[in-house]
Amino acid sequence: MPSGLLERRLIFVTGKGGVGKSTVSLALGIAAARRGLRTIVAEVGGDDRLARSAGSGRGAPFEEVEVSPGLFTISISPEDAMGEYLRIKGGAFGGALSHSRLFATFAMATPGMRELLTVGKVWELSQAQRRTRDAEPYDLVIVDSPATGHGRGLLRTPRTFSEIAAVGPIAHQAGAIAATIADRSFTAVVAVATPEEMPVNETLSLHASLLQDGLDLDAVLVNACYPQRFDLADLERLQKANRRRASVRARAAIRAALSEHERAEVQREQRARLAHAFDGRLSTLPFVFSPSIGIGELQQLADTLEQELR
Amino acid sequence: MNVEEILAGKGVCVCAGSGGVGKTTTAAVIALGMAARGLKVAVVTIDPALRLANALGLEELSNEPSLVSAELLGTPLEGELWAMMLDAKRTFDELIELVAPTPERAEEIKANRVYRELSTAVSGSQEFTAVSKLYELVIEGGFDLVVLDTPPSRNALDFLEAPARLMSFLDGRALQLFLRPTGFGMRIVGAGAGPLLGALRRVTGVDLLADLTTFFGLLGPMTEVFSQRAREVEALLRSDRTAFVLVTSAQSEPIDEAIWFRRRLDEANLPFAGVVINRFHHDLGSGESSEAVASELASLVGADLGARLLANLSDYHVLAARDAANVARLQRELVDGEPLLPVPQFDDDIHDVAGLLRVQEYLFGTDQRRAELLEDLIA
Repeated sequence: MPSGLLERRLIFVTGKGGVGKSTVSLALGIAAARRGLRTIVAEVGGDDRLARSAGSGRGAPFEEVEVSPGLFTISISPEDAMGEYLRIKGGAFGGALSHSRLFATFAMATPGMRELLTVGKVWELSQAQRRTRDAEPYDLVIVDSPATGHGRGLLRTPRTFSEIAAVGPIAHQAGAIAATIADRSFTAVVAVATPEEMPVNETLSLHASLLQDGLDLDAVLVNACYPQRFDLADLERLQKANRRRASVRARAAIRAALSEHERAEVQREQRARLAHAFDGRLSTLPFVFSPSIGIGELQQLADTLEQELR
Repeated sequence: MNVEEILAGKGVCVCAGSGGVGKTTTAAVIALGMAARGLKVAVVTIDPALRLANALGLEELSNEPSLVSAELLGTPLEGELWAMMLDAKRTFDELIELVAPTPERAEEIKANRVYRELSTAVSGSQEFTAVSKLYELVIEGGFDLVVLDTPPSRNALDFLEAPARLMSFLDGRALQLFLRPTGFGMRIVGAGAGPLLGALRRVTGVDLLADLTTFFGLLGPMTEVFSQRAREVEALLRSDRTAFVLVTSAQSEPIDEAIWFRRRLDEANLPFAGVVINRFHHDLGSGESSEAVASELASLVGADLGARLLANLSDYHVLAARDAANVARLQRELVDGEPLLPVPQFDDDIHDVAGLLRVQEYLFGTDQRRAELLEDLIA
C-alpha cells in the first residue's frame, strides 16, 4: 500500500457488496485520526449505519458527528445534499425550490442527479474553504462508496454532467468536482476485496473501467484473509489422524483444521491474482474471528493498517 | 419444507438479498433443481461468476434465454433449464424498439443523451430492465417457472423501489407539470413560468433541460406502454403465482437486511416464501472437556499441532455461535412454518455443476435428508 495514502485529502473506498467496505473505511479513519488528522468518514445513500458502528449513537441524518476525538462520520442522502445546495446557490428562490416536493421529484429522477448531489457534498467536505456556514475544514475525507458498479458511477458522474450540461452553474460545479477527482495528489481510490473469485473479478474489472475514465486504483485492500495455520507437513499428519478412531470433539478439531487449510489455500490463489495485477499496491487485512465488528475490532484493524502504511 | 414444496404451483421465484450473499448461485441451484423435477425453467442471472456462467453454458451476455444442454450439465433433467445473463442496455433498447411507433423514432430516442445515460449508468436501470424481462418471460415466454436473480446492491430494497422511481421519471409527469403554463409548478412557487424556468436552468444547466424536453417529447406517447407494463409486473409480483425467497449469509449485517426486507415484503403485500442462509457455520459439537480433547489430540498429532488445532476450533466456534445467534434473531421474525434453509460454508467457491448439486441437496432434500447431511457434517 502506498505510504502516502493518508496524505491525500479525499479517499474513495469501493468494492463488491459484502467485502467489508464500511469496516475498512472506519479503520482507515481511525488510523488517520491517530495521526492527528481531522478526519470524516462519509457514507452515501442515507444508510446511516456508520456512527453506530463507530460506537456512537445515531446522529441526525446529514449531521457531522464526532464519534471519537478527531474522527467524524456523516450520512449523505441526495435529498439532503440538494436542499443544502439550493440554499447555498439559489438564494431565496433556491430556498423556495428546496421546499417544493415536485421539484425534488423531478430533480431526483434526472439521470445521474442523485450521484452528482452526493459526490458534490463529498467535494464540499474536502474543501479547505467549506461552503457551508461555520463549517471547519477536514484534513481527510473518506467515502464509504456504494458497491462497485454504482461506485464507479459516483466517480464518473461529475465528468459526464460537465459534458452533458455544457453550460450553467451545474456544468461549472461538476467540472470542478471532476477535476478534483482526477487530481491524484488530492484524491485516491481504494478497492476492498475479499480473496474470493467474484470480488477479485470485480476489482479487476473496476480497475479496467477506472483506467478508461482516466482514473486508477491507488491501493487494493485484501480483507478477511485466513491465517496460515497449517503447513504441508501438518496437513499430512492431519490426514493420517483423520483416518484413525477419535472422539467426536477431536474429529471436529481435525476436520475444522482441514477445512481451514483448504479455504486458506483457495484464498491464496485468489490473492495471487490480485498481487499479479496490483503488485506494490496490495495490503492484507486479517479475518476477524469475532461475533461482530465493534470498536475493539476496528482499533485492531487500524493497527494493521498503520503497519501497512508505514 | 424444502424449495420444491415452497415453489409448488409458483410461476415466479425472486431471489432477493444484500450484495455478496450468494444470490446468483442460489438462483442457479433453484432453477436446476426445479428443471430436474420436470419443469420448464428459465433463470435470469445478473452477474454470475465466470466459472459459474461457463458451467451453465453461458459464454456471454445475451438477451434471450438459451437452453442449457443436459449433456453439458452431466446431470439428468426431466424438464428443461434455460439460462440468460441480463444485458440491461440491450433490454432497454429492445423495449424502445418495441414501443416506438416508427424505427426512426426509436433511433432518435436511442441517440438522445439523456436516454444514453438513463439506459446505462443510472442506478435503477438494471432493476427496471430485470423487471421488464420478467414480464416478457412470464407472460410471453411459456415457462413454468422463471427464477430471477436480483441486481447487486447494498440495499435489498433498491430492487423493489428502483423500477417505481424510474417509472416516475419516464412518466415525465413532474416535468410536464412544470412546463405547462398553468401547471403545478407555478402554483407552488407563486410566480410565472419565467423565473421558474430560470431557476431550473440555473440549477440544471440549459442544455440538460433541452435534452430532457426533447427526450420527453419523443417518449411522451409511449409512456402509457411503460406504465401498463410496470402495473402488470407489479400485479404479478403481488399474486400468489410469485414467491420471494430471501437469500442471506449468517453475518450480522446481511441478517439485519433480511429482517428489514422480510418486514418490507409484508408492508408491500408481496409474497414471502422462505429464507436461504448461505455460508452457515454449524456447531461442530461440544462434549468432552477441552483438557481431555487436548490430551487426545496431543497423542494423535503431537502437542504443538494439537494446540493449534484447538485454537483453530475455538475460532471456528466463535463463528458458529455468531451464526446461531444471528439466525435465531431472524427466526423470531418468521411466522411458524415459514422455512429457513441453512447451507453450510463450503471449503471452495461454488463454481461448477458438482458444486450446484451439492447445494441442491440442502435446498431440495427432505427434512430427514437434511438432518442426515448435518449429522455427516458434524460427526
